[in-house]
Amino acid sequence: MAEQAVAEKEEKKGRLEGPTPKLILTSSPHQLGADTIERIMWSVVLSLLPATLAGLYFFGWGALYVIVISVASTLAAEALYQKISGHGNTIKDGSAAVTGLLLALTLPPGSPWWLSVIGGFFAIIICKQLYGGLGFNPFNPALMARVFLLIAFPLQMTTWPAPRSLFSGIDAKTGATPLGDLQVARLIGKGIGKAAELNLLDAFIGNIGGSIGEISAIALLIGAAYLLYKQYITWHIPVSMIGTVMVFSGIFWVIDPGKYVNPVFHLFTGGLIIGAFFMATDMVTCPVTLKGQLLFGFGCGLITVIIRMWGGYPEGVSFAIVLMNILSPMIDRYIRPVRYGAIKNQISKVKNQNVM
Amino acid sequence: MWTIAGEGIHPSDEKGITSSLPIEGIRPPGKVVIPLSQHIGAPCEPLVKIGDMVKKYQKVGEAKGFVSAPVHSSVSGKVIAIGRFPHPSGNQSNSVVIESDGKDETIDNIKGRRDYLNSDPKELKNIILNAGIVGMGGATFPTHVKLSPPKEKKIDTVILNGAECEPYLTADDRLMAEMSREVVEGMKILMHVMGVREGHIGIEDDKPVATEAIRKAASGTNIRVVALQKKYPQGAEKQLIKSITGKEVPSGGLPMDVGIIVQNVGTAAAVYNAVHNGIPLVERIVTVTGKGVNRHGNFRVLIGTLLEHVLSECGGLAGGAGKIIFGGPMMGIAQYSLHVPVLKGTSGILVIPKGDVLLEDFRACIRCGRCVQACPIRLLPNMYSILAEVGQPKEAEKYYVLDCIECGCCTYVCPSRRPIVHHIRYIKAEMRKAKGKVA
Ligand code: SF4
Ligand code: SF4
Repeated sequence: MAEQAVAEKEEKKGRLEGPTPKLILTSSPHQLGADTIERIMWSVVLSLLPATLAGLYFFGWGALYVIVISVASTLAAEALYQKISGHGNTIKDGSAAVTGLLLALTLPPGSPWWLSVIGGFFAIIICKQLYGGLGFNPFNPALMARVFLLIAFPLQMTTWPAPRSLFSGIDAKTGATPLGDLQVARLIGKGIGKAAELNLLDAFIGNIGGSIGEISAIALLIGAAYLLYKQYITWHIPVSMIGTVMVFSGIFWVIDPGKYVNPVFHLFTGGLIIGAFFMATDMVTCPVTLKGQLLFGFGCGLITVIIRMWGGYPEGVSFAIVLMNILSPMIDRYIRPVRYGAIKNQISKVKNQNVM
Repeated sequence: MWTIAGEGIHPSDEKGITSSLPIEGIRPPGKVVIPLSQHIGAPCEPLVKIGDMVKKYQKVGEAKGFVSAPVHSSVSGKVIAIGRFPHPSGNQSNSVVIESDGKDETIDNIKGRRDYLNSDPKELKNIILNAGIVGMGGATFPTHVKLSPPKEKKIDTVILNGAECEPYLTADDRLMAEMSREVVEGMKILMHVMGVREGHIGIEDDKPVATEAIRKAASGTNIRVVALQKKYPQGAEKQLIKSITGKEVPSGGLPMDVGIIVQNVGTAAAVYNAVHNGIPLVERIVTVTGKGVNRHGNFRVLIGTLLEHVLSECGGLAGGAGKIIFGGPMMGIAQYSLHVPVLKGTSGILVIPKGDVLLEDFRACIRCGRCVQACPIRLLPNMYSILAEVGQPKEAEKYYVLDCIECGCCTYVCPSRRPIVHHIRYIKAEMRKAKGKVA
């Protein structure tokens, strides 16, 4: 008898007793990827750190306060707008921080503090929130703010200190950017002028004049590699944008090297690398299909070369991307993926198999 | 691991929990609830009345119409109720409830066929129909219907689906590893029925043991074993066909339009069991897994066994169940009751504890395009999501929403946590409603 009681007790153990527990019902899938907006945005911040550090190294204090004030401004603008509109807190999604950091990296070191403040508020309030917030903005906010500042405050936006080393104060003498030199030479009819003297190794490391975060190609590429590895950006836009710039500038250089600089110069100067990897790839404002992204990158590259070679501004990356942002919805409208089975009797090469 | 973005995803698969656990039995339940609808198509007509005594393998529901499949009793005992009972699809369904007498007495005239490869294909098809066999990968399309394409469709290839790309599930993996002969013999029967010489068995390359077993069993035949790259949804019919043959099933069409028939490996084993042993489909292998249940494994479960019984046999729920899913996490269905029965198409029972259930608010689409790149059918899931949100489901037809296979890749990758598949189902339901009004 006792044995049976034990057996019964054993059987009861682990049995489900009582009513059905409250179960959660949702549509499939029940498993979701780890990448959220937060994760992607903060990863972008992380990927910009090498370039930020390079900026701090070469420009010291003149870079530090611009970065701090820019980021503080975008965060403050985001918070202020949330407060007024009564929407939830979106600061933690990281997009305002990305905007602030990107803005800072495209400003000249040692630029007046109010430039950062105006840029930060313009980016967040005008270029993002008034459109409806993240996802609805047609333009990359940081880029649009930079373009706005460039038009409204051309003097402050083109005053460049020469790179100095860490925290040694701002160099009083204003230097120039390689692209600025190039434009001057072009305008006074002197071919490529001083631009011919550019040391490409300096340009690669970042020991040249320019915006805080644009100067060091190597630092930017390290961050870009991280984003590519994480698949937060795809190669399509950067490769087609940079490729287009290289090919077009290369053609003109071959035709007349006395009048046009070589493509490597174009690659390592100005904002091409930061633009191609960190701005044109902004997911909100670029096309959603890979084919569309290739076209988008091509357009960005083409406009960049045209402005750099014949335009009224020395640098064309910002304008190019903003112009292509306008075309993004159009590209998405006409360039669509060919869906599975749309083409009758399609037989392609067998893939996804492992030969054993 | 470096992977190329696009057309499919690589979710963490958690198969290690159960992939090395051999198939086991569980104690038979005291009663079974056998729904008359366990397949795509018309529900069965009950063949029994309340109070009837039935034997194991006895047919209790007869197929009604061509696209339908009969159901059989998985125990011997007494019919105690016929009526509407909870069904894993989320509704209720007409079911036959049988109280087991514990004797497992089977019907008398069980007759198998040893010389099946010399049998008339028509007869074999009839056996398959009468055994109530349906697609056991989860789609539950009646197998005999798939084996009877219209005359003008020339079938030249049979593909067995052993990809099992759903995370967590290992039932097919274990089946192939332990019952490779049954699978391969079943495949031979299917090829014989269709009169084709070309046969492929596709297996994802994360199942070396199963692959080896099947390869061995298939050696000397003209059945080719194909190791497929691990990628979700590799086992979706259309993806599988493309991966193995390079062909794409035309939009809106069926595999037979490109001369192909696809069956699940479990279905092949059931076909063998029906033809060779004369036994209808009354049990299947179910993977029980997830942090929310105490004991994990691959269990042989009688069709009609209630979820409650299976969970009890597995040591009960652990740490407050949040979600119980029939099937895998990508396409499975969340259950509302513990009183739903295991069906012919129930490949897994996944219990997710409350703490692990993500219930976040979704946010605006940030146009990142990740869903577009993940979609294996190369659609624009972002558009469906937005159109559903703004209440314009009709517009979605222009974006070919009907081609969507509801694989869940888009929702999986969306950083805004948008319930895209849910939106798609809403759109499809609205479209059905609109059509109904017109007709
Ligand atoms: S659920 Fe539909 S739209 Fe989403 S990825 Fe799968 S097939 Fe594409
Ligand atoms: S993954 Fe989500 S956020 Fe990105 S485009 Fe698709 S729906 Fe929009």
